[in-house]
Amino acid sequence: MNPGMEGTSPHTLVVLPAYQEERSIGPLVRSLRERFLYDVLVVNDGSTDGTSDAAREAGAIVLDLPCNLGIGGAVQTGFHYARDRGYDVVVRIDGDGQHEIEDIPKVLEPILTGRADAAIGSRFLGEAGYRGSIPRIFGIRFFRLLVNVTTGYRVTDPTSGFFAINRPLIEFYSHHYPSDYPEVDAYILMHRLKSRAVEVPVRMYERAEGKSSITTYRAVYYMVKVTLSYLINCLRRFA
Amino acid sequence: MSRVTILSIVASAALLLYILEMVRRRKLREEYSILWLFGSVVILVLSLKKNWLDSLAHALGIVYPPSFLFLVGILFILLILIHFSIAISKLHMMNKKMAQEIAMLKNQQGPQADH
Repeated sequence: MNPGMEGTSPHTLVVLPAYQEERSIGPLVRSLRERFLYDVLVVNDGSTDGTSDAAREAGAIVLDLPCNLGIGGAVQTGFHYARDRGYDVVVRIDGDGQHEIEDIPKVLEPILTGRADAAIGSRFLGEAGYRGSIPRIFGIRFFRLLVNVTTGYRVTDPTSGFFAINRPLIEFYSHHYPSDYPEVDAYILMHRLKSRAVEVPVRMYERAEGKSSITTYRAVYYMVKVTLSYLINCLRRFA
Repeated sequence: MSRVTILSIVASAALLLYILEMVRRRKLREEYSILWLFGSVVILVLSLKKNWLDSLAHALGIVYPPSFLFLVGILFILLILIHFSIAISKLHMMNKKMAQEIAMLKNQQGPQADH
């Protein structure tokens, strides 16, 4: 691997779900295109602001969802697109600039070398310091325990939305992907597929623009919903 | 015949006719009418055949037989609501798939074809 010019082979797609991100999406897409050769796909999740145009002007492929599907539905659209267009690897990062794009090669490395089927960026590994609100940290600890106990994956950052997956997972996720708050649920799906998942240290920042989809108010709903769908996924069969 | 029995005969008969009429006019799909029809027929029969209602209520240890009618009614309403929740979930899934397909079709038509 030549870390200087990633992106020609294998065929890699960067998927950015975006909802009302007209200010941050343009610069983000532009810096991705300047730095890497990967195709950049923005899934505009029914935004009513200029997200779609800003992304297109910056050189992204844009899919405009006619209505807001939630983060899981938007990301799944990206997997669907990647599956149809024959991409080998998908990198998914947030559309709001929270994830450090310079860390993309680190997240891709385990996939490209075949060491893992999924590589998840963790803000808690290595020296990447992260401070969050108390409910958020509590939620993360809770999900960490849930994932560890039920699947055996040793995760430090179960809610991370910065990850890369290979072709078999792209195909699977294009059929089965949770609608909202999908990251924790995805561990059960990966466990079912006997996927090899590894975490790599990445940097994450506080949001520069827009509002987080997870407010303290919604944290309780988030925990209950994710726990429920997680436990139900344990009982489910997948074709 | 007690007044509550008359009320339940009239109400369940009216419900039955109303559902049938809605299905006939295609305002209600057959698949969604089955539980309604079945529920109203059961209540109508139990209201007409007082001795059936009495013996069923007695067998279940219900002192006041007409309250068994309410129980049956509530159970059917519960079933119908669960049926709706399932139907909504199915529509939700189909809606999601269609939104995703529309987004991809719009993209294939060319990036400018937004409106």
